[in-house]
Amino acid sequence: MIEVKNVFKTFFVTHEVRALVDVSTKIAAAEVIVVIGPSGSGKSTLLRCINKLETANKGRIYIDGVDILDPKTDINKVRAEVGMVFQSFNLFPHKTVFENITLAQTVVRKRSKEEAAAKAVALLEKVGIPEKADVYPDQLSGGQQQRVAIARALAMDPKVMLFDEPTSALDPEMIGEVLDVMKNLAREGMTMVVVTHEMGFAREVADRVIFMDEGAIVEVGTPEHFFTNPTHDRTKLFLSQILRP
Amino acid sequence: MNPDANLLRFKKSRTYYLSACAFFLIIVGVVLALYYSAMSIDYVWRWYRIPQYFIYLDKVEIRAEIEGEVDSITTKDAKVVIVVKGLDESESYSVPTGSVSVEESDFIYFGDVLAQYEKWRVGILIMGLWLTLKVSFVAIIFGIFIGLFAGLARISSNPALKWSAITYIELIRGSPLLVQIFIWYFVLGTLINNLLAKQGFWQIPPIWFGVAALASFSGAYVAEMVRAGIQSIHRGQTEASRSLGMTYVQSMMHVILPQALRRIIPPLAGQFISLIKDSSLLGIIAIRELTKATREVVTTSLQPFELWFVCALLYLVLTFSLSMLLQYVERRTLAQ
Repeated sequence: MIEVKNVFKTFFVTHEVRALVDVSTKIAAAEVIVVIGPSGSGKSTLLRCINKLETANKGRIYIDGVDILDPKTDINKVRAEVGMVFQSFNLFPHKTVFENITLAQTVVRKRSKEEAAAKAVALLEKVGIPEKADVYPDQLSGGQQQRVAIARALAMDPKVMLFDEPTSALDPEMIGEVLDVMKNLAREGMTMVVVTHEMGFAREVADRVIFMDEGAIVEVGTPEHFFTNPTHDRTKLFLSQILRP
Repeated sequence: MNPDANLLRFKKSRTYYLSACAFFLIIVGVVLALYYSAMSIDYVWRWYRIPQYFIYLDKVEIRAEIEGEVDSITTKDAKVVIVVKGLDESESYSVPTGSVSVEESDFIYFGDVLAQYEKWRVGILIMGLWLTLKVSFVAIIFGIFIGLFAGLARISSNPALKWSAITYIELIRGSPLLVQIFIWYFVLGTLINNLLAKQGFWQIPPIWFGVAALASFSGAYVAEMVRAGIQSIHRGQTEASRSLGMTYVQSMMHVILPQALRRIIPPLAGQFISLIKDSSLLGIIAIRELTKATREVVTTSLQPFELWFVCALLYLVLTFSLSMLLQYVERRTLAQ
């Protein structure tokens, strides 16, 4: 489904920052991958490279066999198949919840108004806020906004969903409702790549967990492996810090 | 209630009223000082002469254009039709009832008055005001389009677009509008009209060079506002729309610009108000807008004091209504 091959990404802010260093991984269809790691470890960059919000400097990234770093590839077509959910929701504040979900359907997928509307209603039902269709995003709680953002991404019928710390900007009591929606998605067989600090979610839903540090993948394994006997010292240290009661 | 608080409020309101009185005293003082100084140079205020430049009763005389006999005078739909028959020609004139000064079978010479009546006409100041309004309106519309395009080009990553936009914006913002009007009229106007004449096309009247000067001038400022407006929209909005598969243009049209334009309404309003005021410079290329019209009236009426105040007041009416209108638009878009 997704293949990342020897990807390098370097930012030049004031000095050179090596965000990704020779990262390679394969993600199969219907697999749920959770990417963990300390801040600045390159996990968000990896996610953003997968739908080319950041362009990798070196290496190859294939989605469904399409080389997205090839200049001849129509990246908009690829992105339509790859849904993304952001830490700060990024809903369109000038459009209602309903319009947020129908906009890309009509503009990108060229669906009819009726078809897009039916889809939006069904998705709002799915994320549990059918009554909020006609309000503007700023009238919603953080959790509700993030659920709308998930619905907006799902409206494109993506093959993959990328989640970039979807619960990090939420108040604690709202994290659950978003995670529930994500768990349901995982159960339905959606291919998901989730960057998160929610270890409970990783343990419960993930097929594999990727631990990254300093731009490189340190360790990959099942949740059982990770939370019972991680191999690397760096992983142990991180988990002990994050799982401290 | 706490008596101290009441006392405090009383104190506050007393200073408030005192200041209000001071304000009105200042206004009255300025007016009186002006009036007094005008008196001391023997200026005679003749406000009653001003209304005729807004609207006046014009005497209209209908004169015969041929020689002959009045053949018939018939009333038709509140109009009177006079038919004059000459040797081998006949003419008919349609005039309002009650204005006819000839009778049937009168012999008419060329240029004789057939009818005379009075008609209300708009004065030169109103015509000037109307022209100012028209010129400003057209310039604003063009300015918006130029500004939108140049603003988008300004943030484009294509160097041809970007550098052209920067050159345009810097050239316009770095030179006086008066000079730009001269260049448009005397340089570009001459070139364009001569080229057109050589090709046998029609000529562009000066007013369009004036409009072009104003539009290109405000376009440069609008472009900077558009750029700032777009850049003020959070990066996440672009990322979200692009991640859904929208192209750059789709993302701009549906997501970024609607939000950016809403944000730039207030500075845009200020720009358009100064555009209306700047249109007063167009008088120098023989466009008879409000200021030029006032200047002409001043030379004929010799009442400069009244007329220049009236002129300023008319501009104030225009700018104030525009600012009210845009405030209304802003409130409506913010309320969604």
